[in-house]
Amino acid sequence: MNRLRRTVLKQGGGTTLLALVAAAGWLRPGTSLAQAAAPWNKAAFDTHSMAETMQALGGGEPVQSKDIVFFQTPDIAENGAVVPVGITSNVPKTESIAILIEKNPNMLAAVFDIPAGTDPTVTTRVKMGQSSNIFALVKADGKYYVAAKDVKVTLGGCGG
Amino acid sequence: MADPMKIRANVVGDSTEVKVLMSHEMETGQRKDAQGKVIPAWFIQTVTATWNGKTVLSAQWGPAVSKNPFLSFKFKGGAKGDKVQIAWVDNRGDKRTDEVTIA
Repeated sequence: MNRLRRTVLKQGGGTTLLALVAAAGWLRPGTSLAQAAAPWNKAAFDTHSMAETMQALGGGEPVQSKDIVFFQTPDIAENGAVVPVGITSNVPKTESIAILIEKNPNMLAAVFDIPAGTDPTVTTRVKMGQSSNIFALVKADGKYYVAAKDVKVTLGGCGG
Repeated sequence: MADPMKIRANVVGDSTEVKVLMSHEMETGQRKDAQGKVIPAWFIQTVTATWNGKTVLSAQWGPAVSKNPFLSFKFKGGAKGDKVQIAWVDNRGDKRTDEVTIA
């Protein structure tokens, strides 16, 4: 009786793992970032950490780069619901720019595909749940580069 | 159908600068209403900008983009009188396309 229970447990665990692996493998091919007007990448927007996001986008470990510049991005944001973010990439052959917010429920906020002829500069506004790092993830020539900026969010306008 | 976008496109040197202000709730799916029920997520997922039939910018957004999203970018080329089109699709399948003449 007891032995049977063990076996069943073991099998059950194995099946779950297999299903997970299958799911991960199945999700990856559909997530090509470079395609113009690509369908919404659900896997990437569901992630909670940098590593997971990179996996969903199909890239490796990003390289720290000083060629990615933040502008119009405040050091202290009074309202976390509207934080302006501007990113310029001076990395040659920039293909896409992504905005990631470290401490948001889902890290990835936006991905912009930059076709040839468009300046690798985007400006938008994002929401931030709390003070956190904003990462600018740039894909250029198949490689990923990253830069971070620390933004403090003061809640309730107490200006702390 | 959502309200129209406010789009402005201006020639700056040899480029065209486009600024877009969209009208959308961008509900995250994290907030709760007065009864404690979760307000379902409702946000723009894809944005495409085209000029002369050529895609000049495409974007995928998550719910972390602010309410009534603002977007600005620049592309090479574009002359006064050309048309720039911006289109978005949200997670409910709603669509909106607006067009502006480059000034």
